Amino acid sequence: MVKSFGCWPLTEDCETNGEDMKTFLDEVNEKIHGVPIQRCYHCRKCTAGCPLASVMEYNPNKIIKMIQLGMKEKVLGSSTIWLCASCETCITRCPNEVDIARMMDALREMAIVSGVGAREKNVLHFHEAFLANIRSNGRINETMMTVNYKLKSGDLFSDAAMGISMFMKGKLALISPKTKDIQSVRGIFDKTKNA
Amino acid sequence: MKVQYYPGCSLHGTAKEYDQSVKAVSRALGIELKEVEDWSCCGATSAHATNFKLSVALPARNLAAAEKSDLKDVMVPCAACFNRFKSAQHHLAGDAALKTEVEKILGRKVEGTVSVRNPIDIFCKDIGLDTLEGKVTRKLTGLKPVSYYGCLLLRPPEVCQFDDYENPVLLDKLLGAMGADVRPWSYKTDCCGGSLTISRTDIVIKMVDKLVAMAREAGANCVVTACPVCMANLDMRASENVRLPVFYFTELVALAMGLQGPASWFKLHNVDPTPLVSGLGLL
Repeated sequence: MVKSFGCWPLTEDCETNGEDMKTFLDEVNEKIHGVPIQRCYHCRKCTAGCPLASVMEYNPNKIIKMIQLGMKEKVLGSSTIWLCASCETCITRCPNEVDIARMMDALREMAIVSGVGAREKNVLHFHEAFLANIRSNGRINETMMTVNYKLKSGDLFSDAAMGISMFMKGKLALISPKTKDIQSVRGIFDKTKNA
Repeated sequence: MKVQYYPGCSLHGTAKEYDQSVKAVSRALGIELKEVEDWSCCGATSAHATNFKLSVALPARNLAAAEKSDLKDVMVPCAACFNRFKSAQHHLAGDAALKTEVEKILGRKVEGTVSVRNPIDIFCKDIGLDTLEGKVTRKLTGLKPVSYYGCLLLRPPEVCQFDDYENPVLLDKLLGAMGADVRPWSYKTDCCGGSLTISRTDIVIKMVDKLVAMAREAGANCVVTACPVCMANLDMRASENVRLPVFYFTELVALAMGLQGPASWFKLHNVDPTPLVSGLGLL
């Protein structure tokens, strides 16, 4: 873990986040377990190549700056971290090998664990429906997963025509093969639970 | 040759034409496929976006199952599964503490002894373009595809180790060997929006419309992919005024090799490719 220099500049997050003066920057660095974010020299190559930058609340480079400034609540509460599609263009092109894609994963995980939740609620609803489906069957049944997502999100009717067309073509099945040793899959979920 | 086969969830559902065409082409090329025993989902985006350990342990369960076999190559046609498997191997190889923890969670060892491979790579490198070209019975003359690699076969390059990560060429060469007039374009590796297609359809429509419009500008009459998510997004989300037929690359290889199946696979697409293919006298 890379130690940061105390807690500068002073922000509300710094004052409250705990024992051993661990800053938000420290927490993120610890989670991404690679090149420390301080190595970013703000060339903004990540942002120039980001296919979602135009719809993000703060672009990827701004998120890095905000982490350096300790703006934990704003970062974890932003839509940016949920709109990142994990295309990995940023890490591929970063001249300093800062793993921004993994940083986004870490920030999402922190938002969930800390109870901040997801600014883009439906993105998280989708992930929850997807993972619940794996937990119950071992494999995704796209029909049941989508129904579960629709119930969670309340977005019941979009894509209905498309769904019916796919069902008629036999692309969406109600029943599909499952993993036989389902306990081994559920065990993975139980033992990796972080919230 | 004989390899293990990990279809993944999509290939048993919305991407069943990919599963069927991979199997048909493999059979014709003398590649015997043995399905990984009692496989489970790789976790896809939803696992790594929310829980790092889960995102390593889910693919690791399948890697451990594959390692029990004598066959060291695992064919993974889905780009998303391919990426999750490669990432898990990468993290396990580079982090001894994580490896110990994941092995404890699974109750078995994961040694990283299997080689995770996409069929593009197996067809081009193990079978070879010359052999493939020799199997062509109906050249894809008049077909002008752009090769769309997307994100997950290529990035991050040190994890995927697939092809040039800014300008990949394997799929272009493969389609060229089938007699197609492959169009050069600048959007080979741009993102389609992935799983945002369900939760933020509005954004994905903008992303795919740009891709398809650029394919048209490059003179293409179709798009070719090796990823079920790219396929779903390009085939189903592109606006009516720009959309183009989209193919899994294996469907076109099967077509060029004169195999049974293409006509029935094409019926499963949203944008019907039959008028294009029939119009060129290929079906």
